[in-house]
Amino acid sequence: MTDVTSDIRPARSQWADVWDQFKTHRGAVMGMGFFVFVCLLVAIGPYLWTLDPNFIDIRAKNQSPSMLHPLGTDQLGRDTFSQVLAGGRVSLLVGVVAMALSLLLGTFIGVLAGYFKRLDGALMRLTDLFLALPLLPLLLVMIMLFRDTLRAAFGPETGIFLLIVFAIGITSWMNTARIVRGDVLALKEQEFVLAAQSIGTPPYRMIMRHIIPNVMSPIMVSATLGIANAIITESALSFLGLGFPSDFPTWGRLLFDSTNFMTLNPERVIWPGLAISLTVLSVNYMGDGLRDALDPRIRGR
Amino acid sequence: MRMKSILIGAAAALALAPAANAGRGDAGHVNIIYWQAASILNPFLSGGTKDVESSSMVIEPLARYDENGNMVPWLVTEIPTVANGGVSEDLTSITWKISPGILWSDGSPFTSADVVFTADYCMDETGGCQQLAKFSDVTNVEALDDLTVKVTFGKPKPFPYGPFVGGESPIIQKAQFADCMGAKAPECTEQNFGPHGTGPFRVTEFRANDVISMEANPHYRDPNKPAFATLTFKGGGDAAAAARSVLETAEFDYAWNLQIDPAILTQMAGAGKGTVVSAFGTGVERMMVNLTNPDAALGDKRSTVEGGPHPFLTDAAVRRALSIAIDRNTLAEVGYGAAGKATCNVLPAPAIYASTANDECLVQDIAKANAILDEAGWAVGSDGVRAKDGVRLSILYQTSTNAVRQDTQALVKQWWSEIGVETELKNISASVFFGGDQSSPDTFQKHFSDIEMYTNLFNGTDPEAYMNSWTCAEIPNPGNNWLGSNMPRYCNPAYDALSAELSGTADIDERARIAKAMNDMLMQEGAMIPLVHRGRVSAHSNTLGGVVLNTWDSELWNVADWTRN
Amino acid sequence: MLNYTIRRLLFTIPTLLFISFIIFLLLDLAPNDPTGNLPMTITPDVREKIRESLGLGQPIHIRYFKWCVQFFVNEPLNIVEQYFDITIGQGDRLRVSSWSTRSPVGDLIAERMPQTLWVVGMSYVIGILIAVPIGVYSAYRQYSWFDQTGTFVSMVGFSVPTFFTGVLMIVIFSVYLGWFPSKYDTLHVVTDWESFVFQVRQSIMPVSVLALFNASTISRFMRASMLDNLNQDYVRTARAKGMTERIVVLVHVLRNSLIPVVTVIALGIPQVFGGAIITEQVFSINGLGALLIQGIQGADIPLVQTLTFIFAVLIVFFNLIADILYGILDPRIRYD
Repeated sequence: MTDVTSDIRPARSQWADVWDQFKTHRGAVMGMGFFVFVCLLVAIGPYLWTLDPNFIDIRAKNQSPSMLHPLGTDQLGRDTFSQVLAGGRVSLLVGVVAMALSLLLGTFIGVLAGYFKRLDGALMRLTDLFLALPLLPLLLVMIMLFRDTLRAAFGPETGIFLLIVFAIGITSWMNTARIVRGDVLALKEQEFVLAAQSIGTPPYRMIMRHIIPNVMSPIMVSATLGIANAIITESALSFLGLGFPSDFPTWGRLLFDSTNFMTLNPERVIWPGLAISLTVLSVNYMGDGLRDALDPRIRGR
Repeated sequence: MRMKSILIGAAAALALAPAANAGRGDAGHVNIIYWQAASILNPFLSGGTKDVESSSMVIEPLARYDENGNMVPWLVTEIPTVANGGVSEDLTSITWKISPGILWSDGSPFTSADVVFTADYCMDETGGCQQLAKFSDVTNVEALDDLTVKVTFGKPKPFPYGPFVGGESPIIQKAQFADCMGAKAPECTEQNFGPHGTGPFRVTEFRANDVISMEANPHYRDPNKPAFATLTFKGGGDAAAAARSVLETAEFDYAWNLQIDPAILTQMAGAGKGTVVSAFGTGVERMMVNLTNPDAALGDKRSTVEGGPHPFLTDAAVRRALSIAIDRNTLAEVGYGAAGKATCNVLPAPAIYASTANDECLVQDIAKANAILDEAGWAVGSDGVRAKDGVRLSILYQTSTNAVRQDTQALVKQWWSEIGVETELKNISASVFFGGDQSSPDTFQKHFSDIEMYTNLFNGTDPEAYMNSWTCAEIPNPGNNWLGSNMPRYCNPAYDALSAELSGTADIDERARIAKAMNDMLMQEGAMIPLVHRGRVSAHSNTLGGVVLNTWDSELWNVADWTRN
Repeated sequence: MLNYTIRRLLFTIPTLLFISFIIFLLLDLAPNDPTGNLPMTITPDVREKIRESLGLGQPIHIRYFKWCVQFFVNEPLNIVEQYFDITIGQGDRLRVSSWSTRSPVGDLIAERMPQTLWVVGMSYVIGILIAVPIGVYSAYRQYSWFDQTGTFVSMVGFSVPTFFTGVLMIVIFSVYLGWFPSKYDTLHVVTDWESFVFQVRQSIMPVSVLALFNASTISRFMRASMLDNLNQDYVRTARAKGMTERIVVLVHVLRNSLIPVVTVIALGIPQVFGGAIITEQVFSINGLGALLIQGIQGADIPLVQTLTFIFAVLIVFFNLIADILYGILDPRIRYD
């Protein structure tokens, strides 16, 4: 597999290798391109398209796309394009941060439970507990206990953002943990792990070097689904009155609000839906590429 | 009465010769959808509108309100009044005379014992009866003979039509519920799910929070009614889905409470399969101004009279400016369509109580609002927000979660920004906001905000209890466990005096004068900012005849008269 | 293995008790209230009386204990009595009763189980049946047009919420085409061919909405797992030994790839019993998901407590099954 010449080449960092492999994956590069594009769009967009997403022009309600409103307007005459831009900021941030939190928690608990037999029982029962907890009452309690404190400390918007990201993260790590644990259990019995153990590799290095890279693929799948999940969960929360204040658009809520206008103003439904789908798709391709790139068996082929 | 309806029925049958809707059960099956499903058929154990209305097809009160808000005798021969001797001169008792020959759906006769039992059932201390307010001040209910019931009150009642009038206070059968008194009430599942009644339908199958099957009551007093042999009362989904199933797919014949965007409703009605109907009752969407200080730093004294006055909402100029900066007509049009009218009163109906003294606010006037604030010394700061003596006009505006309310919030926020007022919006899940849980900071009673918005209304046509909501004694505070309905924390001895006067006055015109004066006092002092007079919106399919939308009683009050056309 | 299973089973009892207490605490702490959805015309002091009559005035440990007795003692005894038609002691025992309907929670659950199992269960089975072949073929022909399409469809299926796809289907198939009813009739009984056809017609939309979502998730995991295994040494060995491609892929690779997927599937089964909150609402199916959400919104503590606890039992149980399956499918894993 490995070329003889590559052994003579100057030592390269592992990450450069990963990047090289990643670049050969067309879908991944396109996915990353699109993702970066969307991020830039929502980051810079509002400075270029300066219409306030919350500005109401009631005479221009329920309009189809026009020069003035490229994506039309909603039932109060707010510009859909600026709303999609503003909503993207929140949705992407919620998606990425909540996903990262849930992934971190899930991988951490999954690896610990799978690797250390002693912790397995307790950690898996903890997972059961979290799987069983009803999300809505949990959120109601969290909001009751922490909303005012967070609002005082960070202001209404950042406060709610932290609360929601935390709530989504803490209630969505369990599947990742279960799957990672399962894979770790299987890995532990493989020869290379036994070999590494026999030469006295300490658990920390063992996990970082041998275990984590080999459970990357389920983690990547979880990550892809996690972003979508976080965006959708946020929209469900807004719908139930537990999300962001109503003058704070997000993709999920834009989609929900426009669902009933589907027959009246079909243009309005398409954009937030498309934005969510394409973002999730691009993250998925990135995940695919990253998984391949991280797999030493594929890399260099 | 009966002769007349037979004649009308016959005339209808002649007019629509082949339809032959003359006899009981001839019209076949009817489908009703309530997007909130009925959970129980006993309104004494659940006061939810869906439960009251679904049970109103089975169990009935002695008298009902018609679509104009007039009382009509239902199971009695006439409405007792002082004039006909039914109400005693000192206003402390009322005597009902039951129509002879009424049968329960199991064939047994309907007697005064059932009426007395119903009162005992609801007034039992341990039963948790949800319609207890209907029986307030009742000291005794007795049967004078098989068909006569006398209700005695502990004090003069100028309006003695609380018990046994309207959909919230129907009669249940003594024989069926005898073992279900007090603490045992909730255990009687079979009775609560299938009460015997005097109404046009009886229950064949009840699935809680899902669907009810009914059939025509064979013992119903009018032998030709109801026209429908069977009925399905389906629940679940949301308002838009319910509207769609009547107006666009015609799977259902009647849908209740369609509070969705008027533009969507109009488009659905355009399919030509059904008709949207609306009518106005007493409901008003209003803002409750907080006259006390909601500052979190006050701890236990937050939003209480002890915590001190509000930093800026106690300034009448600010309240007036906030009110006239709002375009109520737009709010009504955008949020409610045909079922909303701009209003400047919290007591807009019935017509004799409606005041016209406050109509200044019907027309939005941003310039004037700005002028008022300028004059009062609120100067626009560098951030565009007005301030005086270091106090900024920054408002926390809360309401329950509901698409229309969030649209209203967004519109109001924009108008207020035009007069230099900063607004932070907050919406709270309805079950928390209206829940009254002592430990929650987000209930409407606690009012830990500057402005809160919701709809309040009263049943029937008498506003006395409703207008008493804003007396000093009704202010929610930790001492009374936040139980009280005076959310603005408005306290004015003159208002309390009017309230006392109202409860001692029997003459209807005099009552109207006092109630109007109370409404005007509340409005002119700006304790509340009324926005929209809200009606009910329902829809029925074009093949369903006889629907008369009634906002004063159950919407299904005349289901016996419904026909297929 | 047997030893392990018995130990795990014994350990579930304290775990479940602990979970039930945490859920109870959580529900009690939650700020929503059973009188919250009542009309404004019901006065505050009547509301307070209603709360008292529901027993909300008692301290939490007493209420929890009462629930435990009702759930762990009275309900099983009632089932035994009903099943064997006998009376144990005095037959009049308090059952766990919902606050909003005042009827036994057990009856409510039994009433709703059929439609939930039919719709959600069927969508799960269909989802798996679609997902496994798609996942296998997508991985085998990685980056082919089939894989690309599959990826796109499953990502759209996963990222577009059911509240949207459900309404979209209703608008197309009920309103414009008039093929299927938009509301699910729970009273419908299948007796003959015609009624069966109606049952199929009324389930098609909700089942396909949910199946799309389920298939999206599972096919992703299936594909990822297949890809992992296709590159393993044993596959090359098998091919080198001259096995047909069919046997290599469908026997060796598939069997090993199914291991993590089986876990995902087993872990998803409790969710079938949990119902599908949004889809059930869109089509008015009124199954267990709708029951739970109504209970939560109405702060119906006994109902939500019982439902979530049964849910917890299923989760713990299926986790156990997943672990045991894991041990059987992958002989390298030893638990002892």
